[in-house]
Amino acid sequence: MTRPMTRTVDLGMPTATGFLRGEQKFPAAAADRLTDAQLRRNLAHATGTIRTKRLRAVAELDDWEELRLAGSAIKTDAMARLPELLEQLEATVTARGGVVHWARDGVEANRIITDLIRATGADEVVKVKSMATQEIGLNEHLETEGIRAIETDLAELIVQLGNDRPSHILVPAIHRNRTEIRDIFRTAMPGAPADLGDEPRELAMAARSYLRERFLTARVAVSGANFAAADTGTLAVVESEGNGRMCLTLPRTLITVMGIEKVLPSFTDLEVFLQLLPRSSTAERMNPYTSLWTGVTPGDGPQEFHLVLLDNGRTRVLADEVGRAALHCIRCSACLNVCPVYERVGGHAYGSVYPGPIGAILSPQLTGITGPDDPNASLPYASTLCGACFDACPVRIDIPSILVELRADAVEAGHRPLPGGQDVAMAAAAWAMTDGRRWGRLIALGRLLSWRRTGFRRLPWPASIWTRHRDLPPLPARTFRQQWRDRLRRTGSGS
Amino acid sequence: MRIAVFTTCLADALYPAVARATVTLLERLGHQAVVPADQTCCGQMHLNTGYWARGLPVVRHHVETFEAALDSCDAVVAPSGSCVGSVRHQHAMVAARYDDDALAERATAVAGRTYELSELLVDVLGVTDVGAWFGHPVTYYPTCHSLRMLRVGDKPVRLLRAVQDIDLIELPGADSCCGFGGTFALKNEATSSAMLTDKVAAVTSTGAQVCSAGDSSCLMHIGGGLSRLRTGIGTLHLAQILASTREHPCPVPEPRRPARRRPSLPGAAR
Repeated sequence: MTRPMTRTVDLGMPTATGFLRGEQKFPAAAADRLTDAQLRRNLAHATGTIRTKRLRAVAELDDWEELRLAGSAIKTDAMARLPELLEQLEATVTARGGVVHWARDGVEANRIITDLIRATGADEVVKVKSMATQEIGLNEHLETEGIRAIETDLAELIVQLGNDRPSHILVPAIHRNRTEIRDIFRTAMPGAPADLGDEPRELAMAARSYLRERFLTARVAVSGANFAAADTGTLAVVESEGNGRMCLTLPRTLITVMGIEKVLPSFTDLEVFLQLLPRSSTAERMNPYTSLWTGVTPGDGPQEFHLVLLDNGRTRVLADEVGRAALHCIRCSACLNVCPVYERVGGHAYGSVYPGPIGAILSPQLTGITGPDDPNASLPYASTLCGACFDACPVRIDIPSILVELRADAVEAGHRPLPGGQDVAMAAAAWAMTDGRRWGRLIALGRLLSWRRTGFRRLPWPASIWTRHRDLPPLPARTFRQQWRDRLRRTGSGS
Repeated sequence: MRIAVFTTCLADALYPAVARATVTLLERLGHQAVVPADQTCCGQMHLNTGYWARGLPVVRHHVETFEAALDSCDAVVAPSGSCVGSVRHQHAMVAARYDDDALAERATAVAGRTYELSELLVDVLGVTDVGAWFGHPVTYYPTCHSLRMLRVGDKPVRLLRAVQDIDLIELPGADSCCGFGGTFALKNEATSSAMLTDKVAAVTSTGAQVCSAGDSSCLMHIGGGLSRLRTGIGTLHLAQILASTREHPCPVPEPRRPARRRPSLPGAAR
């Protein structure tokens, strides 16, 4: 049960780079987003809809809880022997004609991918939606290298054309409604009709004709991966639109970027995850397109296949006995959809490409915390610990417990030179709360305010943080324990 | 049965009527209530804010106090899902983090005999009709920790349905958090306030006169919002409704309007 008390030991582990940290702390970023009525309307509608659907999809399976347990067990096993599984994966992929590359961080991964694309002579690539490439900022890097990356997932395309950032793991444009999308298409999509309407079908058709041309001309595709089976060297991408299937089969060269935690011991493990993932993410029994490929098949599909295995802070997360469960995540985004905080503030408030409850435990662990002013230091506190995320997680990541652990780590790391107001308050409370009499005296002190019979509407700082939003009831004249003592005295009984 | 009452720090200091109702209810059901004098707090505020080293002695104090009480009592009850959640899910874990295996073991033993009020009534004492009367429209908010940490399910609602003359109105979106979250209410005040606004709107939409829950902390937050917006809707803890009878009815709380000046209009003064 024991674990390292601090994480200050430098084990020479790779540090994460990329879009994993925002510029503002969460409370401030969230307060900004809360004033965006359009965003809140879009989010409330979208998360509300998917929530109901997910519950229905999950209720259809009698063995849902067993599947969750199985998913959790497989991931726990995989993380326990990650080095061995990754080497096995390298061997199986290589044996089937693929080339495996190892990237310590985002910078290294971006360089490897750029070199691979350059070697083909292409200056344009089509992309399958991928969190790993979002994480390392691949598109932005390729742009500086003069290579154009075209997102082919509809929502990802909306984000790209709108010069925007994704705000959700699965539905990156969840913060946009269809009128906003029409406007983005009209202004930024080459060949979009000037009279484009905002009917979903019209929007999809416009994207389709734009993308089809790209699919047919692209020589290189870049994808992520949902899973990789170590025993067979098989990669898997699940998707809904068929754009992934186009990218994975049409171009001559395929480059797949995969976080090292995505490896599964065995091909048969897919049985569990291909049931868990679609029901949790899109509330579907099965996703429309599941693409599986193993190395290179002569005369069929890409004739050159590269697998870039990305660390970018994952080894660092793995070193934490409790926090490593964050690596079990299969990016379904069910926790985002059920989160009451995410529902109101949206993904951008979290700063990182991984928003919501999973982002609140994953981002700060991937990057590490540099000090109290690090925006990611505020993420473990971006939760009421209501537990809805844990209930929804298909691999049973106990997000609330990890959040509390990360808070404990932060306090123990003691990033401050002097104790702050909170430190003093906590110390005083602990002193009082370890002795019944001291506790009684502390309350008596607070009850100096009890002359007031009408409650409080405005109190001085720091209580003002409470009374800015809510009233406080009047304080009772006597505490319950005092009342109880009176009663014992009256009745003469003791206990 | 002899039952030790863990009043919780909040009820002790701010809501003594909740602890009193818990005792009244147990005694009416023929049990003996014991209130260990040295009790303070479960330490949840420290633990959930990350102050584990500070929280450890608070946890130890709780374990020692109620371990001693359990020498002569059969069970511990608290009118709070959240505090019982901390006792059950956090105390042994914190002790283990500091390698205090003996304390972890003792904490587990105390936790094994500690119940949230509706659990004690339904699971341990085997009653759903506690002989209560409350003749007013009530909506019940199940609270996150009762629902998802303790899994009390519909026990509180079953208890309320058995209350005579109660008009129990379902709360829309009942299972979504009210936005309290302990220090979250202060650290993320804007988000907390946004969540509270939605909860207050849901409560108001029911037309109930009273919003009830099994946790004084959530009720302090929701009640603070209901009062700020002058909804006229008051809050009562589950224990207070269950303790209410025809002979000794619990009055519907009339919000004491916080005012900058004392009201001087006739009839408005209290």
